[in-house]
Amino acid sequence: MKEQLAKIRADALSAFENVKDAAALDELRVRYLGKKGELTAVLKQMGRLSAEERPAMGALANEVRAALENALDSASQKIEQAALELKLKAETVDVTIPGRQVQMGCRHPMNTALDEFKEIFIGMGFTVLDGPEIELAELNFDRLNAEEGHPSRDWSDTFYFDTDERVMLRSQTSPMQVRAMDSMELPIRMIAPGRVYRKDEVDATHSPMFHQVEGMVIDRGVTMADLKGTLTTVAQKIYGSNTKTRFRPHHFPFTEPSCEMDVQCHKCDGAGCATCKGEGWIELLGAGMIHPRVLEMAGIDPEEWSGWAFGFGLDRLAMLRYKIDDLRLIFENDVRFLEQF
Amino acid sequence: MNLSRKWLNEFVQIDIDDKDFAEAMTLSGSKVEGTADLGAEISNVVAGRIQSMERHPDSDHMWVCRLDVGKETPIQIVTGAWNIHPGDLVPVALHNSTLPGGKKIEKGMLRGVLSDGMMCGLAELGLDERDFPYAAITPAAILNDYHPIDPAKPSIPANIQPGHKIFGPVVAARVINVGDAGEDGWSCGIDIGGSLQSFFTPCQNVHEGDLVAYNTKTGAICTLADLHAEQKEFPHCIPDGIFVLQEDCKPGDDIKPVIGLDDHVVEFEITPNRPDCLSVIGLAREASATFDKPLTLHTPEVKGGADGVLTDLLDVETLDADLVPRYTARMVRNVKIAPSPKWMRERLRAMGVRPINNIVDITNYVMLEYGQPMHAFDYRYVNGGKIIVRRAAEGEALTTLDGKEHRLNANHLVIADEGRAVGLAGIMGGLNSEIVADTADVVFESACFDGTCIRKGALALGMRTEASAKFEKGLDPMNTLPAVNRACELVELLGAGEVVDGVIDILNFVPQPTVLPLEPDKINALLGTRVPQEEMVSILTKLGFGVEGDQVSVPSWRGDVRRMADLAEEVARLHGYNNIPSTLMRGQTTQGGYSPVQKLENKLGALCRTCGYSEIITYSFISPSAYDKILWDKNDSNRSSFKILNPLGEDTSIMRTTTMPSMLEVLGRNYNNNRNRTVRLYELGRIYLPGGMDGLAMEAQILTLGAYGGMDFFTLKGAIEAILKGIRAQNVHFEPCTEDPSYHPGRCAYVYSGDNIVGVFGQVHPLAAKNFGVDGELYAAELSFDALLLAQGADPEYAPLPKYPPITRDIAVVCAEDVSVGALEAAIRKGAKGLLKEVALFDIYRGKNLGEGKKSVAFNLVLRADDRSLTGEEADEDVKSILETLEKDCGAVLR
Repeated sequence: MKEQLAKIRADALSAFENVKDAAALDELRVRYLGKKGELTAVLKQMGRLSAEERPAMGALANEVRAALENALDSASQKIEQAALELKLKAETVDVTIPGRQVQMGCRHPMNTALDEFKEIFIGMGFTVLDGPEIELAELNFDRLNAEEGHPSRDWSDTFYFDTDERVMLRSQTSPMQVRAMDSMELPIRMIAPGRVYRKDEVDATHSPMFHQVEGMVIDRGVTMADLKGTLTTVAQKIYGSNTKTRFRPHHFPFTEPSCEMDVQCHKCDGAGCATCKGEGWIELLGAGMIHPRVLEMAGIDPEEWSGWAFGFGLDRLAMLRYKIDDLRLIFENDVRFLEQF
Repeated sequence: MNLSRKWLNEFVQIDIDDKDFAEAMTLSGSKVEGTADLGAEISNVVAGRIQSMERHPDSDHMWVCRLDVGKETPIQIVTGAWNIHPGDLVPVALHNSTLPGGKKIEKGMLRGVLSDGMMCGLAELGLDERDFPYAAITPAAILNDYHPIDPAKPSIPANIQPGHKIFGPVVAARVINVGDAGEDGWSCGIDIGGSLQSFFTPCQNVHEGDLVAYNTKTGAICTLADLHAEQKEFPHCIPDGIFVLQEDCKPGDDIKPVIGLDDHVVEFEITPNRPDCLSVIGLAREASATFDKPLTLHTPEVKGGADGVLTDLLDVETLDADLVPRYTARMVRNVKIAPSPKWMRERLRAMGVRPINNIVDITNYVMLEYGQPMHAFDYRYVNGGKIIVRRAAEGEALTTLDGKEHRLNANHLVIADEGRAVGLAGIMGGLNSEIVADTADVVFESACFDGTCIRKGALALGMRTEASAKFEKGLDPMNTLPAVNRACELVELLGAGEVVDGVIDILNFVPQPTVLPLEPDKINALLGTRVPQEEMVSILTKLGFGVEGDQVSVPSWRGDVRRMADLAEEVARLHGYNNIPSTLMRGQTTQGGYSPVQKLENKLGALCRTCGYSEIITYSFISPSAYDKILWDKNDSNRSSFKILNPLGEDTSIMRTTTMPSMLEVLGRNYNNNRNRTVRLYELGRIYLPGGMDGLAMEAQILTLGAYGGMDFFTLKGAIEAILKGIRAQNVHFEPCTEDPSYHPGRCAYVYSGDNIVGVFGQVHPLAAKNFGVDGELYAAELSFDALLLAQGADPEYAPLPKYPPITRDIAVVCAEDVSVGALEAAIRKGAKGLLKEVALFDIYRGKNLGEGKKSVAFNLVLRADDRSLTGEEADEDVKSILETLEKDCGAVLR
C-alpha cells in the first residue's frame, strides 16, 4: 500500500507538471483526486490494514493528497497565467497608429493674451468694464481734454455717424475712463478692453478696427511712482520676474505727466535684435497721471484725488507674444491659423 | 524733425556719440526715431588733382588721367567723362573705396589700361546740382562725337575740316588750346581753317584737338540746342560728368568734410504739444537741459539802410484778427538771386531740405533754426503795396507754388493785395508772387496764424506742408520778430540784398506770460518723489522758465504748460522718469473680478471650445449688400443700420445688425482655402441696433456658431444642446423655423428656454451659402447673449443617487409622418404617472409594411420610484397610460 501511494504520488506529480491545458488538468484531477480516482481507491483499502498500521498509513495518505492538491493548484495557476499571456499577446496594438481625433476648439490668440491681462489686473483688485463702441464724441474727445480742433477729431482719422460729429466709432477705449468716473464710486480700479476704430487702410500693421485695453486707478494719494510700480509688476507677470521696464516722457491730452513704458527685449536682453528692431526695448503701452482737467470735468476734485491711467494696443501685443507678423491674420480667421493656438 | 548735429553744436556743444545722444534725448522727452551718419556709405574717397590727360589708345571717347591724390606717386585713372581738364580738383574713389548705395570701387583694367580707382560725379556721391550749383555742366557738341541718325545721310560729313561751313554762320573749328579762366569758364583757342580765334566758353567738355561747331556770328561754341541736334547724335554731349570741386581743399583730403557729408543727423518724433521743438533752437534748449551744457543763443543784428521808408512801401491789414495773432514783415530791396553759400546748402541738405536759391533758402533756414515758417514774396506783385490777410471769398481761385490751382472758401485764410490773393496763409505761397530770377524787392512774412484754421484749410485742400504742420500745433507769437530779423541778417550776410529799416508788426493779442506758483510739495506728492526745490528750480531755469521765489513764469514758446501737473512733468522728465521710485499701490482695497455677464461670456466661450468650435474675431462693420447676400427682404426692418458717413469703403460702411454675414464670410474664406477640413467656428460679437440712449446704438451680443464638414442639422443641434446644458438652461425645446430667409426652410429651428426664444440655427440657405462662394452645406446658429443670460439656470443642487433599481421598457409606436418626435416625447411625459425618469429616442423606421405616410418611432423609457423597488405591474401601468396618451394626443399606436 505504501508503494501504491508512492507511485500515485510520483505519477500524479509528474503528470501535473507536464499538463498543457485546463481540460487535461481537470482530467488528471478526476483521475487522481476524484471520488473514483486512484487515491480514493487506495484509501478504500485502509480497512484491510491493522490498527497499528492504520495511523501511519493514514498520515501518509493525507500527505500524498495534500501534495497532489498543491501540485494541482500550481499547475492550474500556471495554465491560467499562460492563457492570459497568450491573450494579451494577441491583443497587442500598434501604438504608432494615430489616436482617434478629438475636435478641440481654440481660443483666438488675441483673447488668450487678453485673458492673461484680465487675470493679472483682477488679482490686483481691478474691475473689468465694457462699454459702447458707438460713442459720443463728447466722451471720446472733449471729456478727455481733446477739444474742438484736435487733429484726431478729423474726418480723415475718425468714423462719424452724423455731420455734427456728435456720434462716432470710438477711436480709443479711453472714453471708458470717463464712463467709469461718471458711474463708479471712488476709489476706482478698472480695466476696459474692447474694439476701437480708426480710419486706417488695412495692411500688415494697420486695421480700421483693432483692440485696446484701458486701465485706470483713482484714489487719494496715488502717485506716478505707483503707476511705475504697478505697470512694472504687470510686465514682470507677463514676461518674467526679471523683466526690466523703462519709462519715457510722452504726450497724451488726458494725462500729465504722460509716459510710454518699454520693456527690455526678452529675446536679446536689451542687446538689440530683430524682435526689438535693434533698439533693445519694446514699446508696450502709454500711460500717465490723469490730467487734473479730466478729473475736474468728471466732478472729481484733483486736489483730493489723483489717478493714473494706461492704454495699449492688444493686437500688437498678441502679435509680439505669438510672433504673428501680419495683423490681417488676426481678422482673417483661417482655421490653419486659429488651430495653432 | 531732422536735426543736424553740426548745426546743433552751434548752440550747445554736445560731443557724445549718436547712440548715447539719442538715448538721453529720448529719456528726457524728445524721442529719437533714428540717427544717420550722412557719409556712412562713403569711405576712402579723397580729393585729387588731375595732372595730365591723354586720350585712351584704344577708345574714341575715354581719357587716361594722372592724378595727385596726396600720395608719393600719382595714380592713373581711366574715365569716359569729358568735362575735366588738367589742374581740376575732383573727388577720387581710390582702390577699395565705397560709395552710396553700397557701391564698391576697386582697381581694374579698362580696355587694357589700368585704372586705379574712379573719379566721382555728383550722383555717385549722393548729391545733385542743387547741392553744388556750380558743378552744373554745359556740354558743347563735339564733332568727333557725331553719330548720324542715318549713317547713309549724315548732316555733317565725316571728313569735315576746320573752316568748312556747317550751316549759316556755323563752321567747323579745331580746338588748339584750352585754359582755365576761373569762374568764366575756359579760354579757348581755335583754328577755323587757317584763321585763329580765341574766346571764353562755359562748355567744360572742350579739349585740345577737338573738332567743334563754331558760330562766327555769336563767337561761341555750339551746343546740341544750337545745332538743333538730338542727344543720340552726340552721345557724349551730356550734362553729366565728374564733379569738379571749387572747394578749399588739397589732394589727399578726405572728401566727406569737403562736401559736407561729415555731419550726423538725428530724427526726432516730436509730440504735438511741443511745436517749439520743431526747430534747431528748440532742440538745442532741450539738449542743453538734458546734458547740462550751456545754451548759446544769438540775437540777430540787421544793419538795414536800404532806400525807402518801409511804411511808405508796405501796409498790412489783418481783417480777421482772431485768426492772425501776429503778422510781422520786413522788406529787402535790390535782391540778387543766386545760389546760397555752401555752409547753408549743407545744413539745409542735412535737415532734408533741398537748396533752391539764396532767398528761398534763407526762409527755409530760418524756419528750421527758429521753427517759424517764413514766406518770401515778390514785392512787385503786391499791387498797391498793401497786404491784406483775410478769409478767401467763396470760390476764389489761387494757384500755389506747386502749380496746383485751388478753389477756396471762407474757411481758408489768404494773403492778398488789394486785388487778388497772392498766397495761402500758413500753407503755401502763390505762384503769382513767386521769387524768380529777376526779383528785385522781397517781402519777408513772419506771421502767427490760428492753428485750427490752418489745419482745417490744409486738410480741406489735401496739402499739408512743412509750414502748415507747424502752424497747426499753435506757434509762439513772440517768435515772429526774431525770426524775420534773422532772415534779414542772413540776407546781409549772404549779400543777397539790402534790408529796409523798420519792421511791420501787427499784434492782435496781448502778450501775457503765464505765471504759476511753484509748489514743490504738490509736485512731489503727484510724482511720489522727494525732488528738492533747488533741483526743480534748476530744471525749470534750464528749460527757459523764469523762477522768482515761488513764482514760475512760463516762456512764451511753452503754451502747453498751464498748471502744476505740467510743471511736474517738466521736473519729472529732467529728473528722469527712471529715477522716480516704483511703488505698489496703497490705499483702500477694491473688489475686483468678473461680473455675472463676463462670467457667462467666459463660460460660453469655454463651452463652445469644448464642443470643438474655435473662436474668431470679425469686423463690426459690413457692406450694405451683405444683407442681400443673406437673402433678407429689401424692406426688412433689420436692415436699418448705423451708417458711417466717412467709411474707408463700401465694404466697411455700416454697423452690422446681424453677425450672419461676418460668420458666412469667414466660413466661405475657409471653405475656399480648407475645403476638406472639419471647420467649427464661434464668435461672441456685437450687433449694433438703432434706438439706444443718447442717439447711440443698442449693442447686443450674439453667440454665433458656424460649421461645415462632417456636419448635419443634428450635429449642430447637439452642440447647442450641450451649450444650453452647460449653462443649466431649463425647459429647452425646439420649434421648426420656416421664415428666416437665411436658413434652409426645412432645416432650421428656434431654440427656446421656457417661453423665451434663445436663438435660431440650422443649415444655411443654399443660395446664401452660394453668395459666399460655398457650393456645399454650411451650418450656423445665432444665439442671443441676453437670452442666454436669462436662460442660465441656478447653481446645481445635489439630488440623492437612486437607491432602488429602475425598470426599463422599450416601446415603438406607429404614427403619421408629420407627427414630430417632440410631440411624441411630450405625450410620453404627459402620460407618465410620476415613475418616468428618462425618455430616449432610439429608432425611427419607415417601411412599406407600415403604410404610406407612416413611421415607427421607438423610445427607451426608464421608470423608477425613489422609495421602493418597482414591480413589473406598477411599470406596466405607467406604460399603459403613456401609450393611451400617445394614441389620444398623437394618433400613435403601439407597433
